Amino acid sequence: MNSNLNANKDLHIVRREDLPQLFNILIKDGHQIVGPTLRDGAIVLDVLEGVAELPLGWTDEQDKARYRLVKRKDEALFGYSCGPQTWKKFLFPPDHILFKADKTRHGWRIDAGENAPPKFAFLGMRACDIHALTELDKVFIAGEYQDSAYLERRENIFIISINCSVVGNNCFCTSMGSGPGAASGYDLALTEIIDGDLHYYLIEVGSEKGEEVLGEIKHRTASQEEIRKGNELLTAAAQAISLKVDTEKLPKILKKSVEHPRWKEIASRCLTCGNCTMVCPTCFCSTVQDYTDLRGSQASRLRKWDSCFNIEYSYIHGGSVRYSSEARYRQWMMHKFASWIDQFGSFGCVGCGRCITWCPAGIDVTEELRFFCQNPLLDTTAKSA
Amino acid sequence: MKARHSEPMIPQPFRVAKVQKETFDTFTLQLKSSKGNGVSHFSPGQFNMLYVFGVGEVPISISGDPSNGTLIHTTRVVGNVTKAMGKLKVGDVIGVRGPFGTPWPVENAKGKDVVIVTGGIGLAPLRPALYYFLKHRDEYGKIVLLYGARSKEDILYRRELEQWRARFDLEVHVTVDRGTGNWRGNVGVVTMLIPKAPFDAHNAVSLVCGPEIMMRFTVLELLKRGIPESKIFLSLERNMKCGIGHCGHCQFGPHFTCKDGPVFPYDQIKDLLEKREI
Amino acid sequence: METLERILAEHPLFKGLDPKYLKIVVGCASNIRFEPEQVIYKEGDPAEKFFLIREGKIGLEINIPHRGSIAIQTVNSGDILGWSWLMPPYKWRFTARVYEPTRAIALDGACLRRKCEEDHALGYEFYRRFADIIVQRLQATRLQLLDVYGHHTERQK
Repeated sequence: MNSNLNANKDLHIVRREDLPQLFNILIKDGHQIVGPTLRDGAIVLDVLEGVAELPLGWTDEQDKARYRLVKRKDEALFGYSCGPQTWKKFLFPPDHILFKADKTRHGWRIDAGENAPPKFAFLGMRACDIHALTELDKVFIAGEYQDSAYLERRENIFIISINCSVVGNNCFCTSMGSGPGAASGYDLALTEIIDGDLHYYLIEVGSEKGEEVLGEIKHRTASQEEIRKGNELLTAAAQAISLKVDTEKLPKILKKSVEHPRWKEIASRCLTCGNCTMVCPTCFCSTVQDYTDLRGSQASRLRKWDSCFNIEYSYIHGGSVRYSSEARYRQWMMHKFASWIDQFGSFGCVGCGRCITWCPAGIDVTEELRFFCQNPLLDTTAKSA
Repeated sequence: MKARHSEPMIPQPFRVAKVQKETFDTFTLQLKSSKGNGVSHFSPGQFNMLYVFGVGEVPISISGDPSNGTLIHTTRVVGNVTKAMGKLKVGDVIGVRGPFGTPWPVENAKGKDVVIVTGGIGLAPLRPALYYFLKHRDEYGKIVLLYGARSKEDILYRRELEQWRARFDLEVHVTVDRGTGNWRGNVGVVTMLIPKAPFDAHNAVSLVCGPEIMMRFTVLELLKRGIPESKIFLSLERNMKCGIGHCGHCQFGPHFTCKDGPVFPYDQIKDLLEKREI
Repeated sequence: METLERILAEHPLFKGLDPKYLKIVVGCASNIRFEPEQVIYKEGDPAEKFFLIREGKIGLEINIPHRGSIAIQTVNSGDILGWSWLMPPYKWRFTARVYEPTRAIALDGACLRRKCEEDHALGYEFYRRFADIIVQRLQATRLQLLDVYGHHTERQK
């Protein structure tokens, strides 16, 4: 958990009115800026042209199966916790053409690859989002095989993170060790401070590139008082997080709970809609779809996000391996909180709470985890539900 | 550092060099690289993702001889893609990605008896291992092949099995679930052949491939004979879309069947095998 | 030379059997040979014997109208052929056809059945030992019943 600004680094101040310079320099540098903006009654992520598109003066109220925008009393630009979308959609697009192929006289031929993707600047990533990115990196580029589409996009991003001073009811990053402040993984980290009439950003530099960009913006060294204020906000945020999960024995407990009757109980509420996997910043499953044009002369292969909640997901000839909804919920939860550790050395959950907000049945993953922790399946317990 | 593969999702074009019908629902394709080199290096037990233009892609184990690198795949018609694949003719182009996955432990089995227990199409991924053993025959103890099929019409590689049966350095037993017509060989499930198969359980390695339920029963018989859990290897089947551990589909507990498998030592997966819907 | 007694004593079915019982068994045993395609017994015949196969292969067949003879199981070297002699109505349920030249020891089931009736301790030994074989075959049959290599499309709910 990181609820303190890095004391060993120089911290800087950029005033609210100078923030447009950040946009200008990044755009001049060829970046496509992606950040939060208001649309369809939610704070979503999209390409931004300027500061004016940020969700000025808005915050979000979240609860189980509930998300509402509410006007703030101030003019904060980043005064919300997190929206339904995650940054993965820019690096790992929801649908992506893997290749196209043309019929030729002697068979068929693969077309050249896609156009080069944009150079992204991600503005407003939260600490949990950065942790999620680290997890996706492990999946897509750290192994023997690299996903070229992801890598191409990932290599050039400029990351401006926002330390959380607003926490949602469903946030539990402190349990997952991923927030509310970002410890690394950013080029610049901002803490938004509104103090009476003063509105400024406390800035930590995380990379040389970050330092260069900051150099182009009007800034000054932060005072002790300003740093104290930033720390105060982060500490308060950490303390405001009430959802807790004891992660220490979690993988072990879950692995012993494969035949726990609780799965069936959860399944009686779970609609297997897969919303949780769509809003999850680390869910990486995908499927492929093949198309041909009407003449059958051109074929394309599309990669699309998939969900372990889909029954076809585990299909092998004859039927699906996981046909019951309890098996599918179990797969999802066990993957995030147990097998991810075997696969990638960490939890597959960063505690952003999106799955709780966007579950139409209001299933609270932390509540379920606590249930398993408090009611472990003893080795001698009868295994039937 | 491991070798990096930059475009693992793009199929390479191969040409169908030979088509052979094996049984009413299985066929074998021999492939040749479109770029001229017919050689493809693989280890026994690995698989390729085979792509049929516009239809889709499926994981199919490699069934050829690893020493000459000819790409041979035996496939059973079970869905759209395999059906389309079954209609390919000599000269047609097919996309290949791979080879992927873990191999049979042919090196570690040296100096030991080898017991191959297989059923149905499960013989296909084991044929490269058998080729390897026969090529390095002196380096192994007894080699036993126990093969079960549904009926005599469903027996794969029939001519080759006959040749293997005729060898003195190979113990081959074939059994069918239904003894129809003039079949005068064994009838009964393949697990029935294990108790009396000639091998030294304390110095043997067993390679098993077949339907999951058949493998579970096979393991019970092998354990009864005294083969240690760590010396029994199973090849699993799961849904696969990528073959490289990126799509998530093939997960079996903590394992990605495509890259941590398909060949697993039994002791690594036994707890999962007993559970439903993993 | 191998005596009948030694062969029987070493067979798993009779291993550890009290010598006085083994003597009874030996008294009911005789060597026998079968040629390929020979029918050892037919479905519906009275079951008065069972066989300890020393070498060979025998198919247990059942005749299905329009489909002909279907072998359900083969019995090979070392196996026991036949247990219908032990359970009423003492009739064979299958036809036993020789697939490969077979040497066997035939045991007079009807005689042993009477001895089991007279001496329940012997009866217990026989039933216990045959139960083992029956269970093994039942388990194999269950697996066979699953038709594991067939095409299956039904999805369990």
